[in-house]
Amino acid sequence: MEITISHYLVVSALLLVIGIFGIFLNKKNVIVILMSVELILLAVNLNFVAFSAHLQDMVGQVFALFVLTVAAAEAAIGLAILVVFYRNRGSIAVEDVNMMKG
Amino acid sequence: MLLTGLGAAFFYLFAFVAIASAVMVISARNPVHSVLYLILTFFNAAALFILTGAEFLGMILLVVYIGAVAVLFLFVVMMLDVDFASMKRGALDYAPIGAMVGIVLASELLIVLGAQFIGVGQPGSVASPTPDPLVRTNTAALGDIIYTDYVFFFQIAGLVLLVAMIGAIVLTLRPTRPGVKRQNMGQQVARKVEDSIEIVEVETGKGL
Repeated sequence: MEITISHYLVVSALLLVIGIFGIFLNKKNVIVILMSVELILLAVNLNFVAFSAHLQDMVGQVFALFVLTVAAAEAAIGLAILVVFYRNRGSIAVEDVNMMKG
Repeated sequence: MLLTGLGAAFFYLFAFVAIASAVMVISARNPVHSVLYLILTFFNAAALFILTGAEFLGMILLVVYIGAVAVLFLFVVMMLDVDFASMKRGALDYAPIGAMVGIVLASELLIVLGAQFIGVGQPGSVASPTPDPLVRTNTAALGDIIYTDYVFFFQIAGLVLLVAMIGAIVLTLRPTRPGVKRQNMGQQVARKVEDSIEIVEVETGKGL
């Protein structure tokens, strides 16, 4: 039983697809959509780390660290926008996000 | 080849639990359960990181993701008084197209990645070779290059976090509502003895 980089890439691909499917499945609930985005970013990080280990190159881990930073910032801003939106509309359903008439 | 023997067995355990709980994240009825499954997913992903030798990132995932981001999600889910049950209605409307996109994407990815059609070989040159973990630990090795070669990016990352923090505060800070009593520092400092104390001379035997 040997684990190669392909195993890691398959796990990360499955996580990515689950995240994308979650956006379709929970189209009304912005909180779960944000969680799905976190899953997608986690899959990306898993790819970076797997390649870093495979190629024996530290840069993959450095990049994963930056992805982590941006993901944390994105979650904070996203949830702040969600809270403001809930205060204004009393709902977090995606179909109610039409105040800009876009 | 990254892992063999016991490490490989643990890889299958962590990978299976991570994927199963990721499925539960998107399918749980209660968003609180979704967040808890998200925490389980992150936990297992951190274990997968540690299996490859990326200990520092695994620990950062525990501290930042589970300790901060997941708890932030939990706060927001519990703070918003939303009827989540009604949101599930009609949830399966887009499931067929979502499943189609997902299956196509998954099968393409699995064909490319799983069957090793692409040769993930060794590159000609490596930017920052990983040192022997027995000589230099992962955290120290990461610090060696973050604070030298990538210090500019490191500071930009700090700036991103600063902007995110300011943005979150500015977005959620409410203007003061009428009727809420707040401390007004200027008013307090501007108070003088003359406008706050009145000395009344009471004549004896008369009362006020």
